[in-house]
Amino acid sequence: MNRFDYVRPTSLAEAVAAAAMPGAAYLAGGTNLLDLMKGGVARPERLVDITRLPELNRVERLDDGSLRVGALVRNADLAHDQAFAATYPAVAEALLSGASAQLRNAATVGGNIMQRTRCSYFYDTASACNRRELGSGCDALAGENRHHAVLGWSPACIATHPSDFCVPLVALDAVVEIEGSKGRRHVTLEEFHRLPGEAPQRETVLEPGELVVAVRLPAEASAFASHARYLKLRERTSYAFAVVSAAAALVVEGGRIRQARLALGGVAAKPWRARAAEAALLGAEPGEAAYAGAAALALAEAKPSGDNGFKIELARRVAVRALSLAEAGTPARLPALPASVFASTTGARHDA
Amino acid sequence: MSLSISLTINGEQRDVELDDPRVTLLDLLRERLDLTGTKKGCDRGQCGACTVLVDGRRVNSCLALAASQDGAEILTIEGLAQGETLHPVQAAFIAHDGFQCGFCTPGQIMSAVGLIGEGQAGDDPERIREAMSGNLCRCAAYGGIVEAVLEAQRTIAAGNGADTRRDAA
Amino acid sequence: MTPDLNLSHTPAHRRQGSSIGQPMTRRDGILKVTGAATYAADNHPPDMLYAVLAVAAIARGRVASLDVAAALAHRGVVEVMTPANRPALALDPDAKFHPFMFRLDLLQNDGVRYPNQPIAVVIAETLEAATEGAALLAPRYETETARVGFEDAETFVPGGVGVGNPASQQKGDVKAGLAAAATRVEARYETPPQYHNAMEPHAIVASWDGDSLTVDTPSQGLAIAQGRIAGLFGLSPDKVHVRSPFLGGGFGSKGLVSGPQVLGILAARLVGRPVKLVLRREQMYGPVGHRAPTRQTLRLGIDSEGRLTALDHHALTASSTFDDFFEPAADASHTLYASPAIATAHEAVRLDTGTPLFMRAPGEATGSIALESAVDEAAWACGRDPLDFRLANYAEVEPMTGKPFSSKALRECYAEAAARFGWSGRPLAPRAMRDTAGLLTGWGMGTATFPALMFQAEARAVLKSDGRGLMETSAADMGQGAWTALAQIAADGLGLDIGQLEFRAGSSDLPDAGIAGGSGHTATAGMAIHNAGAAVIARLADIATADAASPLYGAGNEGVVARSGRLYRRGDESRSESYTEILGRAGLSEIEARGTSAADQDTREAYAMHAHGAVFAEVKVDPDLGQVRVTRLVGAFAAGRVINPRLVRSQYLGGMIWGASFALHEEALADHRTGRIQNANLAEYHVPVNADVPSVEALLVHEDDPYVNALGIKGVGEIGITGTAGAVANAVWHATGVRPRRFPVRIEDLLAGGGLG
Ligand SMILES: Cc1cc2nc3c(=O)[nH]c(=O)nc-3n(C[C@H](O)[C@H](O)[C@H](O)COP(=O)(O)OP(=O)(O)OC[C@H]3O[C@@H](n4cnc5c(N)ncnc54)[C@H](O)[C@@H]3O)c2cc1C
Ligand code: SF4
Ligand code: FES
Ligand code: FES
Repeated sequence: MNRFDYVRPTSLAEAVAAAAMPGAAYLAGGTNLLDLMKGGVARPERLVDITRLPELNRVERLDDGSLRVGALVRNADLAHDQAFAATYPAVAEALLSGASAQLRNAATVGGNIMQRTRCSYFYDTASACNRRELGSGCDALAGENRHHAVLGWSPACIATHPSDFCVPLVALDAVVEIEGSKGRRHVTLEEFHRLPGEAPQRETVLEPGELVVAVRLPAEASAFASHARYLKLRERTSYAFAVVSAAAALVVEGGRIRQARLALGGVAAKPWRARAAEAALLGAEPGEAAYAGAAALALAEAKPSGDNGFKIELARRVAVRALSLAEAGTPARLPALPASVFASTTGARHDA
Repeated sequence: MSLSISLTINGEQRDVELDDPRVTLLDLLRERLDLTGTKKGCDRGQCGACTVLVDGRRVNSCLALAASQDGAEILTIEGLAQGETLHPVQAAFIAHDGFQCGFCTPGQIMSAVGLIGEGQAGDDPERIREAMSGNLCRCAAYGGIVEAVLEAQRTIAAGNGADTRRDAA
Repeated sequence: MTPDLNLSHTPAHRRQGSSIGQPMTRRDGILKVTGAATYAADNHPPDMLYAVLAVAAIARGRVASLDVAAALAHRGVVEVMTPANRPALALDPDAKFHPFMFRLDLLQNDGVRYPNQPIAVVIAETLEAATEGAALLAPRYETETARVGFEDAETFVPGGVGVGNPASQQKGDVKAGLAAAATRVEARYETPPQYHNAMEPHAIVASWDGDSLTVDTPSQGLAIAQGRIAGLFGLSPDKVHVRSPFLGGGFGSKGLVSGPQVLGILAARLVGRPVKLVLRREQMYGPVGHRAPTRQTLRLGIDSEGRLTALDHHALTASSTFDDFFEPAADASHTLYASPAIATAHEAVRLDTGTPLFMRAPGEATGSIALESAVDEAAWACGRDPLDFRLANYAEVEPMTGKPFSSKALRECYAEAAARFGWSGRPLAPRAMRDTAGLLTGWGMGTATFPALMFQAEARAVLKSDGRGLMETSAADMGQGAWTALAQIAADGLGLDIGQLEFRAGSSDLPDAGIAGGSGHTATAGMAIHNAGAAVIARLADIATADAASPLYGAGNEGVVARSGRLYRRGDESRSESYTEILGRAGLSEIEARGTSAADQDTREAYAMHAHGAVFAEVKVDPDLGQVRVTRLVGAFAAGRVINPRLVRSQYLGGMIWGASFALHEEALADHRTGRIQNANLAEYHVPVNADVPSVEALLVHEDDPYVNALGIKGVGEIGITGTAGAVANAVWHATGVRPRRFPVRIEDLLAGGGLG
């Protein structure tokens, strides 16, 4: 880890000013940034510790009925906030399926949406990586890429965005509140993360020095509260990133789907909103047939970026399952294994 | 540049001069404050060996910058027992053989103490397994760990119950 | 016929104790739960500096340049050790005098022969500075094409495999057996490179005092470590003090001193101050050993009765380009199933990796998952229940050698584990079971086996006039419980209650306890302790029985019985005297004696000695999505005398979880171009987490073995992996109908195999 300046501003304005200098980075929970610094992947010259900015630490209901979650709210606190979990259960489930209890205690809302890819070549500074160093190439293209993107990738970069939290957020039309030297602006989460194109090093629409201050969930998103799920396929029962995941939310009335949301995780450089699939579901009769059609649409543009063709079929299936689970209804209590395919099995008691 | 921070570690206030902002909470404890009970298994948030409580919450101290913890209350494995009396989680780990080599154990125990404090898992072993999944144990003493958490939780609950009765009497 | 061997030594003096067999909690438990147990990296001698390795990012070539100046310019950096200034050694690190002297990378030149090979050491006042200093070296390389996979190199037949076994062995006529078979099964299985990944990274704190060296470092074999270090530095072994009271797991990777540990000593020598060097987790994927990959082909012939007519097991494996360790995978077929014809053979390639090493159940684990899978395929091909099939092929004598077993309670293991698991309700066909949630459910089984090994050890026993005893041996506790189990043996060996015993271990200045490996430590060190106890009690008895003032006077011919700190006249327990009284009257403050142990070669020639077990597994598989979870494991094991059932059970449970991990999780992924391991961490190199193993049970099956050693102890540390890995693989097949052919099982293989809806 390189040496850096450590500053701890006490106001938003101070923070934004302190981060204006090139080479500055915001420090929130540190669970991603310090990891990257230890690997030599990030070498910021200045850390602007934003953990003492009280205005970023609040969850508040706004006049328009939307919920505003401060960027410093810890992942665990948000997931365990009863009112929040009751209103946005798929978001709570996604949060609790990510990382570990310890990491969720430290990780913040802002840090989570800003976390970088887990592409192993991005982490391996001896490898070529356009995201780390534009123009150096992409060693993942012909490398170990089972976990890489099947949607929205470019030959410049085939990485995925690892966040679970972002998947239901993007499905629910979350909006990111951003503070910069030029004032405050709002961007939908769907537009917030960028696909790689020719410039994979630009991962989000944030300008240098801009700060995420909050994430908003619109009032309408609460309509899905009773039919919203997140499903995350993993290679270990817990403490593992998604192979693919999906958030699904439905409003069913009179035997017809009136509203539908679907987003996929682990398939692209951003949380992937499946709008065509949602459109196809509107007015349809809930059921496997409709879901399969929607899932096919969601993956219509998918293509393997390497040894990962299986993810396309898997993502379809995960989408179908997530929609079926959403239709079945949000459980009264989050399952013991959140977002797991094994959520419904209790598992035998260990023999004492 | 030197940073002065003040921490309460295991109940004791410590003023620390940091000559280097890079020091993590874990390395501060282990290398500078002679509190080596907390272990480093990966240094990257991937194993849980470094788990401590910061303001009552379990976190991975390897990914916590020491400077950023200024003012915090830290509880480490060294601060858990009351003199000769083990904390119920510690006693239960011994009783249920919740470890072998013992290297992950301080982290497991601090994680379990954090978990019990969170009050989310109840007595459902499956929830406990999930909530303890941030602590790898290569010796794979997982069964004993779950039993130990269940028992410690019962002990603590019974203790509180006794206190309540005493208060009522 | 069983050879007539004189095994029941009737000792003059008996000792009766109550410690062996007790399920005591760990004697080091309080230290471990309070954080007071000191592992190597917890040491901090005054004036200590920090050393951090810089490691190679290429697999093959040479280091063309290092920016030493940049590292030295970093505040706090004291020194950079490179081939240019590394202190001289008395021995070439590439010298090899015997098979277990592995070549080390100690900056002897600028060559690179595997990724993560140490190429420099940065020494600094703080850990932070040393770490950044290592990064600032920014090496440049001349890179040659890496040989990464089996296809990248030529195969050859190694001179030997494992611990000196021949590369190929056979009995009977496999060709004829296959030709005559009613059913034939031929199958290929691949296992990946795996890394030990003990939770404690290799660490060393080294302090020189003139020509004396003290090191705190985890070691599974202190005397071997001491000898190796002494040899490298040209010191006499008594100048080297190795302390290893606690290992944070070893699993084989701390069996022998590794290069990085020696580099810590060299760094301390270079700077003339104590130095601490701890491997970073990613640096453990190279210089400290791994389990080599295998590609195994099995051919089984079965007659119309369901009996094997031939068993052919071929394994391709890999070693490094510069040293030899060949995973003896095919040898797993020597001991388990009766067959008139058996052939095992190994071939190997040389790859640009660190040298592989023994990793928990080396050969047995890799070979067992293939063999147990193939046996499962054979049972299915014959339409037989997998347990019936195994019973039909039960080996009454060791199949390869024809030797009788010294003991073998495998039938009981099968029966007890099957009953506990509820195996009898299992449908033969795959994809026949679902749980209430609709998950595919599969049941599989495997047979577990591991040889009962013994090495050489020595112990020193002391009885003191205050009635207390002391036992010393340099045993290593890496979690198996040496501090407790060996103390139990020591207490009984001295005829003392365990509270009266001081047990010293974990330091090279104690008598050599041999290596904690091959699951033979309890037997080996335990027998030395047992014998040391016998010797010191004999001395005490001599004193008492020759002393006219003692109630035991003249009991010499009858012998005495030692129990709870007293000697009793054999046959007349009314005549007894405490150790304190005996020593006090003799005016002795203490007496001591030594004991040694070694395998009895004649008995080993005559008998096959193995522990056995049976493991049953239940897996659940999502019918569409293919995620797998082991929902239940039941194992029953027979491994001779159980010193401490609590600890033994923990060893089995841990081993079984390693088995599940072998089948479903572990795999190091090397980039096929560079050879660099892309998941050299604990987030992506998956080992099981708590939620992966909801229910694991181990049953301890009684077994008396009069031949393995006088205590009747076999080993329990490694057997749990064998059997389990195959049981899980077979359960995956039973759930999905897809036969796992490469491990770990991947979702895409289940999908492609048509196992999902
Ligand atoms: C072992 C491991 C396993 C994990 N598993 C999962 C998983 O399964 N699922 C999952 O979703 N995640 C997982 N994570 C990632 C984890 O969720 C993130 O590390 C965490 O959410 C980051 O939050 P933080 O507050 O710690 O961010 P930090 O590390 O502090 O910051 C991350 C990045 O965001 C920037 N940043 C932080 N806050 C702001 C802000 N307000 N405005 C602008 N920029 C900001 C920082 O500069 C930095 O670049 C895992 C992490 C680890 C280490
Ligand atoms: S996929 Fe993207 S992040 Fe990974 S190596 Fe290629 S450019 Fe870098
Ligand atoms: S050392 Fe902190 S999580 Fe592993
Ligand atoms: S007890 Fe050894 S790693 Fe957990």
